[in-house]
This record gives sequence, structure tokens and C-alpha cells, in this order.
Amino acid sequence: MNEPRSSSSTLMLCTTAALLVLLGGCQTTPKTETGVPVEERTPSTSSTTTTGSSAGGVSGSATASTTNPLKDPRSILSKRSVYFDFDRYEVKDEFKPLVEAHAKYLSGNKSARMTVQGNCDERGSREYNIALGQRRADQVKRMMALYGATDGQVETVSFGKEKPRNPGHDEGAWAENRRDDMVYAGE
Amino acid sequence: MAIPRFMRAVQLRAYDGKPESIAVVEMPVPRPGPGEVLVRVFASPINPSDLMFIRGLYGFKKPLPAVPGFEGSGTIVEAGAGLMPRFLDGRRVACAAADANVRGGMWAEYVVTPAQFRITAHQIADIIYEKLTGDVGVFSTRIAYIAKQGTRYELMVADSDGYNPQTIVTSTEPMLTPKWSPDGSRIAYVSLENKKPIIYVQSLATGQRQVLANFRGSNSAPSWAPDGNRLAVTLSRDGLSQIYLINADGSGVTRLMNSPGIDTEANFAPDGKSILFTSDRGGSPQIYRLTLGSGAVERMTFDGSYNVSPRHLPDGKGFIFVRRDGGRFNLAISDFATRQVQVLTQGADDESPSVAPNGKLILYASENGGRGILAAVSSDGRVKQRLTAAASDVREPAWGPLTK
Repeated sequence: MNEPRSSSSTLMLCTTAALLVLLGGCQTTPKTETGVPVEERTPSTSSTTTTGSSAGGVSGSATASTTNPLKDPRSILSKRSVYFDFDRYEVKDEFKPLVEAHAKYLSGNKSARMTVQGNCDERGSREYNIALGQRRADQVKRMMALYGATDGQVETVSFGKEKPRNPGHDEGAWAENRRDDMVYAGE
Repeated sequence: MAIPRFMRAVQLRAYDGKPESIAVVEMPVPRPGPGEVLVRVFASPINPSDLMFIRGLYGFKKPLPAVPGFEGSGTIVEAGAGLMPRFLDGRRVACAAADANVRGGMWAEYVVTPAQFRITAHQIADIIYEKLTGDVGVFSTRIAYIAKQGTRYELMVADSDGYNPQTIVTSTEPMLTPKWSPDGSRIAYVSLENKKPIIYVQSLATGQRQVLANFRGSNSAPSWAPDGNRLAVTLSRDGLSQIYLINADGSGVTRLMNSPGIDTEANFAPDGKSILFTSDRGGSPQIYRLTLGSGAVERMTFDGSYNVSPRHLPDGKGFIFVRRDGGRFNLAISDFATRQVQVLTQGADDESPSVAPNGKLILYASENGGRGILAAVSSDGRVKQRLTAAASDVREPAWGPLTK
């Protein structure tokens, strides 16, 4: 991801630093018994934009001069990862609010573009894992279409097991690597 | 095995054909330098060329005193610096010393031969292998594989014993699935250098490459048709990973099947009339066969919940694949006629099989101490060998075709 070209804006630097802290925290998360990193669970105190039927109710568009919701650590939109069970590509219930939130952001910002990158843990055929990662990415895209994202706004690719976030060889590492990442254009 | 400091050898002192000019002596065991190997000699013939040589009547002479003996067989017991260990270490080889620049000769207990003579050794070994077994020898074939070192990935081509590695492609992003064209002139491979899987075809002679497939989504799992003019590939451009045929120049994309899930890992039969592939259409990854003319699809694997990576045997009588059993991934062989399955390997994470052109050896990727290594197993599972690269994490081996 490219860092946004920064002017002398102190606010932008602070926001970036906050984002880096958040992402840094994700990579060293304490593991729960199921192996899913704690931070990526949908917080119960989610922002108002994730519930209800308001279309495109995200506060602050991409061009707003105040905090970009995509990078605001208080916004669900700053969370970008969906985790999957072993051998599975279905989006679990706990991640549906996250997918819905991003879909509604896309729906309300027709110029926004996103790539969903699918990943797998290190076990099994490299080529089958390219296809499994692709299926995981396409499942998220399919779900976002239901919530108003258009086909042209979402690309899906797979890294298979080639680019693990966690280089470990245990259940915790594997759970962290079975994952879709949502990356917006320009990031 | 301990290498002694002295050995017995025949020594020639003059090219005059007199009995006193040739004798068995004690001399130091030669040491292999860079690019050389030390061979413990088992047997060496007395050929007419040898008799001519010691009389000074052969095409060239060696500086005296010289050890005669142009041919022999033995075991490599030591490799000099600069060679990649060690597929041949401990293996029996045939050697030739019939060159004016080779000081050593085979009428000795030990001989040093330069690495370049391995090509001749391979050809001799192929001939001997073929005469003894009736099978085609594969010593003079090449292999391709991916080497990873930190964040650097290299597509390598080497001799079938791992020596003479050449870098074909370097990238800071992963590459996978190198596949030789049937005539050995090109390699197809998948690269993530543009942050998505794209299939390239690269000419080995020129180093030029072209994009074979860069459609929306992921493009992967290339498999050459036997005529070298088309490939089967996996494309996700229509919303699911499915198998398509494509011309070698990237034109003429034709979807082969319509399944509701994942179809991938196509592998052409040697006669080009069918394709084995992996599909989860039945609920779990299994191997199926598509007959190209009729479009009929037949399931080929039935035991277990994960059977992937099919590779036809060159004689068309069966296939190699990878099965998961109790958390371990191993190679297995299945016979088309009897449907019998035999497990061939016992590692924890064996993958990416590639069958030698004579169908007798299978190269595959395994892991050892957290590092990726290549290994080979015979098609009956009885002979196993581990190949290790000097550094790096190696994976995705591909055995090249027989060269004329």
C-alpha cells in the first residue's frame, strides 16, 4: 500500500500513525482459543452506519476534509479482514456486518474501488489454494453486491498460500492466514 | 566414508609401448577443486583406445607421467567447491576421461573429473540404463523449480541432478507452477508480480516472455497440451475458478466445463484426448477426468476428503496425485485399469509432483526443518532421495522433457 502523499497536514500524519498502530496491533494479536485474532471480531459498539437500512449512511465521504472513515480507527471501515474456517469459503455470521459496512460505503461512493485479496493457510496444494483464496474473495464480493456495491467497484484476486501474514506453523498462524483483505484503490 | 590419502594407480612414464614404461604405483588421492568431483572407481575397461593411447598412437597425448584409462564407473565420494549439493553424492556414475585437458585417468582407485564431463557421463548413463532396463534414461534432462530466499524468488533451470542451476526469472513476488512446453523450448509459469496471479510463457533460448493470460481475477495452473500449441488454464474471470483452453499465444479462450465450484489443476493426458483435474463439485477436492471429445466427466478418486494435483504417467496407464490423510499430505499413484492406489511418500507436507519422462521417478516438493526441499521417489515407492539446495527454500519442481 502506498502511503498517501502528505502535505504538511498534522491531522493526516496523526491519522496515518493511528492506522499504523492499529495494523501493527493486528499482527501481534493475542490468540483466542479458536485462533481468530481478537481485534477483528466485530465490536459491539459499532458505529451507527452498520445497522439499519439507511443507504450510504457513512458519515464523511472520501472527499471530506475531516477524518476519512476508511482510515478512522473508530470506524468499522478501518477493519479490512474477514477470516475463514479450514477448507471453507463461506463468510461467517460474525463478519457479515463488516462486509455490509464496506458494501454500503461503496454503494454510497460510486467512484470508490476495492480489491478483495483471498488467502489460505500453508497446507495443501499451491494451485488448489489459489482457487480457494479466489473463492473466498468472490464470496465477499458476492455478499457486497447484495448490499449495493456494483460489479465494477470490486476486483477479486487470490494469493493462495503464497503471501502469509503470519509465518508460523501452528493453528494460530493458520487461522490468521485464512483471510480476505479488502484494499481500497490508492492505498 | 573416509577417503584415504594414497591410492594405487597405473602410471604411464613413456609413450614407447615398452612394459617398463607402465606400472602400478602408490600416489596421492587427487582432491576435487571447484567444479570437480572425486570418484571412487569400481571398474574400468581396457579398450582399444586405451591401448592406442599408451603407445602414443591415439589422437592426443597427456603430459607424463599420466594415468591411462578413458572410461569407467564408480561412486562420487566428494564434490569440490561451487557445486550444488548433492543429488549425486553417493550415487553411482559412469565417467569419461578421454580429453587432453583431463589429467586423471580411470585406471586408478580414485579419479577427479571436471563437472562439464557430467554431460558425457549422463549420456553414457542414459545409454547404459536403456540397454539394461529397456527404459529411456533421464540423466540428461533438466528440471525447473522455484527458489525463495527472503523476499527474492527465482525460477531456476538445472540439470536433472541439480547441478548447473541457471536463473531464468527473478522477482520480489512469488512465482509458482513452472511447466515445460513439450519440446522443452518454453516454460509457462504463474507470477504474482502484479499483485494478482498472471500466467506467462517464456522462451528459454531468448529470455523473452509474453503474457499468456491476464484476465480479471486470478489466472493460474497452466498445463501444456502434447502438441505444444495450447494450454489448459484456470481462470476466475467468469466468477468461479474454471478450466479453459487457450492457444499458446494467448488467443482463443474456450471454457471447458461449467461447475458450481472450484475446477483447477488441469493435466493433459499424453495422447491429448483427456484432462485430469481437481474439483470440489462433489463437496470436497477430488480428481476427475474430462474426455475432451465427448465432454464426459468421470470421478477418479474416492478415498479420503482431499485428493489433488493429478499428473499423468507418460505411458498413460495411471496418474500420480497428492492425498491428505490425517493432516499429512503424501504422494500416491493410481492405476486407471485396476483403480488401485498406492501411497508413495511419508512426509508431512509433500506436494507438487512432477513425473520424469520415463515415468520411473517422481520429483516433488517436501519440507525439512521448516525449509522447502525437493525430493524424488521411484514410481513403485521403493527408492527415495532427498535433494537439497545450497541455500534457499525450494519448491514447485518441474521435470523437463527428453531432449533429442
